[in-house]
Amino acid sequence: MKLNELTITEAREGLKNKEFNAVELTTACLKRIEQVDKKINAFVTVAKEKALEQAKKADNALASQGETWRANPLLGIPIAVKDNFNTRGIRTTAGSRVLEDYIPPFDATVVKKLKDAGAVIIGKTNLDAWAHGSSGENSDFGPTKNPWNIEYVPGGSSSGSASAVASDMCLAATGTDTGGSVRTPASFCNLVGLKPTYGRVSRYGIIAMASSLDSIGHLTRTVEDSALLLNSTAGNDSLDATSSRAKVPNYTMNIAKGITGLRIGVLKQFFNKGIDAESARLYKNAADTLRDLGADIVDCVSFFSDYAISCYYIIQPSEVSSNLARYDGIRYGSARKNFGDEAKRRIMLGTYTLSAGYYDAYYKKAMQVRTIIKNDFENHIMKRLKLDAIVSPVSPTPPWKLGEKIDDPLKMYLSDIFTVPANLAGIPGLSVPVGFTNTGLPVGMQIMGLQFSEETLFQIGHAYEQATEWYKRKPKI
Amino acid sequence: MKVNVKHIAKLANLPLSPSEEKKFEKQLSDILSYVEKLNEVDTKNVKETSQVTGLKNVTRDDVSFPSLSQKEALANSKSKQNGLFKVKAVFEK
Repeated sequence: MKLNELTITEAREGLKNKEFNAVELTTACLKRIEQVDKKINAFVTVAKEKALEQAKKADNALASQGETWRANPLLGIPIAVKDNFNTRGIRTTAGSRVLEDYIPPFDATVVKKLKDAGAVIIGKTNLDAWAHGSSGENSDFGPTKNPWNIEYVPGGSSSGSASAVASDMCLAATGTDTGGSVRTPASFCNLVGLKPTYGRVSRYGIIAMASSLDSIGHLTRTVEDSALLLNSTAGNDSLDATSSRAKVPNYTMNIAKGITGLRIGVLKQFFNKGIDAESARLYKNAADTLRDLGADIVDCVSFFSDYAISCYYIIQPSEVSSNLARYDGIRYGSARKNFGDEAKRRIMLGTYTLSAGYYDAYYKKAMQVRTIIKNDFENHIMKRLKLDAIVSPVSPTPPWKLGEKIDDPLKMYLSDIFTVPANLAGIPGLSVPVGFTNTGLPVGMQIMGLQFSEETLFQIGHAYEQATEWYKRKPKI
Repeated sequence: MKVNVKHIAKLANLPLSPSEEKKFEKQLSDILSYVEKLNEVDTKNVKETSQVTGLKNVTRDDVSFPSLSQKEALANSKSKQNGLFKVKAVFEK
């Protein structure tokens, strides 16, 4: 197996046992980028020199074993960073022409944490501009392609991150998830995508989309890798007033515990309607596998009412319109006329819903519905049925063809129907692969739980993954 | 429902061409019509959720630490003078 195809867990073993070194590992990823990224367009900026420098530093540290690994759990691991994370000295565009030549003077807290853990930041990945999108087609730097079939979308907005990991250009990539932007591309690219509990991971230094909904997550090949990464990114940050002080457990410690006796809610209504037939088949098979692994499968009603999308598409644009007001071309970036269509749409939508005379009817109403959706999940479903987690589809359809939904913004918004509820409720969601359609396109399911239940989500995801091993399949590019 | 796109674009400080105004008027109207679904939900006596953390009065110790140098802070601006951001005049003579 090529070095760039390893999981983080495998790479760490290899580095520890001196089977290869960090420079070789990073070089393998850089070679892969050179080889396929022209086709895929996953990267906006490749930080070749800086990455090799970091890899060399890692090799020097690796010369002293033991303590090094304890303090630097990601030592020498090449990770890509979504281009809405500020990275000191490395261009950060948010996928938009407005920030085409912006070079941040500071690192986002998560970037600093990854670097402190020894990771090699290999480059900045493409995204729907300002994270506005579910397909990757809204980038001002061209759409990213799905490595499983380059005529199809990889999902968004963390499109580049997903495609980079799926095509072995790096071992993991960071993402943001405001309405599904980590989980959707993960499910479209046969990857594990984590949206942590809101506040679990610091948002400081990450270009804000909707401040009450933004969750900082990541995409990896395996569930264990995802847990490993969360160990480094989670934790309180004095620079983010919404970050949680809840203790950060070791997310990998009990990951192989197994799921015997866990009560998992499954939305059986989606076995045969509301989603595409092939997705439904794969989702049902996954539920059966969970039962075979010893879980108690409990039928539960959906809290994905028709209202979740409406609620989300009022709250999110409202907060977007406020957060994007700072891009006035004075301190950084260029003029507001350089915003793309989707950004303009969302800014105007939000301006309208927050404007005098309309605030009560839209934003206030949506905030009330948000309370109902949150309570519904926590009390009516999780607590009443005594569930440990629920599973659901991630997307109503498998990946669609590039260009298929781009002319109908509302149609694109409706594809978020399964993902937005987790953001509204502030709960974690873990997307894991559940197989492929007859035409070889990946499909995922998501595991959700109460706030700060990531350990349980990892246990369920890991058990399912070990029984099915979808991650072992690689795309032919 | 008709959205006054000109007015909204002005509030949002977004310069739009006449053809853009037309395009966005239809798209925004469609989206707003859809989200009005929320009127079907009974929200009588329901409190608003503006944030899901339940956190209140989050503070940190009033201790200063290094921030950005003036040079760093100005580095990405296209219009500066004497170590300051230079902008259009707000008040006219």
